[in-house]
Amino acid sequence: MRLADLPFPFESAPGPAAVGFAEVMADQWQVTAGRLRSAGATLVALWAADRRDLHDGFEIRAAYALEDGLACLRLSLPAEAPDYPDLGEHFPAAGRMQRAAFDLTGVAPLDPADGRPWLRHGAWPAGAHPLRRDVVARSVWPAVPDDYNFVSVSGDGVHEIPVGPVHAGTIEPGHFRFSVVGERVLRLEARLGYKHKGIEKRFESMTLDEGVALAGRVSGDSTVAFAWAYAMAVEQLTGATIPPRAAALRAMLLERERVASHLGDLGALGNDAGFAFGLAQFSRLKEDWLRLNARFWGHRYLMDRIVPGGLTDDLDDAHLPVLARQVHDLADEVARLRRIYDDHAGLQDRLRDCGVVSNDLAQRLGLTGLAARASGMAVDLRVGCAVPPYDGLDVRCATRPEGDVAARAAVRFDEVTESLRLIGLLAETLPDGPTRVAVPSARQGSCGIGRVEGWRGEVLVFVEAGADERIRRCHPHDPSWQNWPLLEHAILGNIVPDFPLINKSFNLSYSGVDL
Amino acid sequence: MQHILRQIARTGIVTEAYPEADESLRATTERLQREVLAAFDGALVIRHVDAGSCNGCELEIHAANNPYHNLEGLGIRFAASPRHADLLLVTGPVSRHMEEALKRTYDAMPAPKLVVAIGDCGCTGGIFGESYASCGRVSNVIPVDVAVPGCPPTPVAIMQGILTAIARAR
Repeated sequence: MRLADLPFPFESAPGPAAVGFAEVMADQWQVTAGRLRSAGATLVALWAADRRDLHDGFEIRAAYALEDGLACLRLSLPAEAPDYPDLGEHFPAAGRMQRAAFDLTGVAPLDPADGRPWLRHGAWPAGAHPLRRDVVARSVWPAVPDDYNFVSVSGDGVHEIPVGPVHAGTIEPGHFRFSVVGERVLRLEARLGYKHKGIEKRFESMTLDEGVALAGRVSGDSTVAFAWAYAMAVEQLTGATIPPRAAALRAMLLERERVASHLGDLGALGNDAGFAFGLAQFSRLKEDWLRLNARFWGHRYLMDRIVPGGLTDDLDDAHLPVLARQVHDLADEVARLRRIYDDHAGLQDRLRDCGVVSNDLAQRLGLTGLAARASGMAVDLRVGCAVPPYDGLDVRCATRPEGDVAARAAVRFDEVTESLRLIGLLAETLPDGPTRVAVPSARQGSCGIGRVEGWRGEVLVFVEAGADERIRRCHPHDPSWQNWPLLEHAILGNIVPDFPLINKSFNLSYSGVDL
Repeated sequence: MQHILRQIARTGIVTEAYPEADESLRATTERLQREVLAAFDGALVIRHVDAGSCNGCELEIHAANNPYHNLEGLGIRFAASPRHADLLLVTGPVSRHMEEALKRTYDAMPAPKLVVAIGDCGCTGGIFGESYASCGRVSNVIPVDVAVPGCPPTPVAIMQGILTAIARAR
């Protein structure tokens, strides 16, 4: 389905990203979702907002990816009964997002399949909703007991292994509840939300200019993707157009982030399968890569380089040959290591047929990003809905049909190669001109949405401007929302010791979804 | 196998010189008794807890273990259990949902124990600050010996923080 095929009027947002905003009625909310689902659209994000101070009750928004753009549907809800029809039937990924929206704002789906809290543990009581406008950000509630109802599995020989929130290594916190017989996993239930630190509330105390630094810290390993998506949203709502050089440099940063992350993951995957050589080699290459980031851009992870209107600093053209050489050398190194990985029988034995997500399951549950491509879904914003400079780069989307850990490793290898090609091409064809424009002032109530294909998948940021260039509402969305539930399926039938490997092959963000 | 060996030989040893301790990072001095410091001499076991970071600091803790920085080469290694640890490395502002887990991890460590807070968030609460969901800096929840600023701090700064915590009082 394309934007033009939407069965109701919508308002096209200005700028390179094709985004349509539309109002729907309560009786259309679920019907439209069903229609979008059968037309092949996917649910990207869902969030709610308190608008009672504007005498507008509450609102719930859902963003759907269509073939040629994004449709953002808004449903206005009465202040006294802010509930709406559940989207979980058509889009299973909606479940956790709806639970999170309820915990934060009190806006609830009618008869949801799962009514347990998601982001609320013990920091605030049931009945309190911290993202409501009349709740002060620094409110502190007395801690409440945190008794979460895990789904229990019973039967002969079944036992549970609780893991976390503090994990065994340098990993983010979360809880995994395994139900096992012997070593085989019958069920895995993840519980996240431990890192919830009030990011969306924090946005509301910031100006549109300040917000980009926080967006860049929603998930530190995707700082470029989030900062770009945030900047894109602000540029859309203010009508700013970034210069071609800024777009090219942003893409260079995004591809550098992708390469850095994939190098780290490829090393860690080797390590989790007992192949420490891989970790040593790839972490050496990653370190070289980060050091060049620090040398040319002043930050190893490229934080705070992208701002609304462009970038903080230009790149000295004298650096371009160095970049081109690094890309060339790294491509050789990675190709050599890939042959070693591919030829290593012991390593391949661990990676293949491990943690399989079939293409059918991936489609049904809405897997996205890198993991989706490893389950045979050709989804990549850089190909499908390319904004400059991607529209001129002819990005090759890497896919594999197998859906196992080996496929997710292979997609990473392919994407490193492709990103290196793109960085080389961007360096060769870097346009002249400014790297930043002034951003016009924002009209109160105007909205923008940025979407960027980060290394994990589609990152989306919604921004609504308030008075005086301030943020009224900002919702950042990490693709991990879609993919965490699939991890619970990928582990089924595998043995517990393979979980770290399977988990690493997805490498999902905790911070990005805990917000 | 020969390709692996050839690659190892081609790479050689890339580990760089280790940083010195930096007294300016020390948050408290009174906890550092002589016998505590003697206990850690030459071997140190670290337990890391992410109490609510953006995950940027974790990237740099991993990098401190890469071949260039080779933290393990100093006899410093990471353990899976707090009961095996001498030093607690804490990243992030402490989210209220992680407050209890962090306290319990700290309590589970045998005395004497040291705590190093990593990153601007660990030092001050950083951009997230204190709110309904965040307790802010690590020292609001457990005692901190050394605090390492940076967003994220470089691997060298993290190593310096760890070395400062175990350096003998001058």
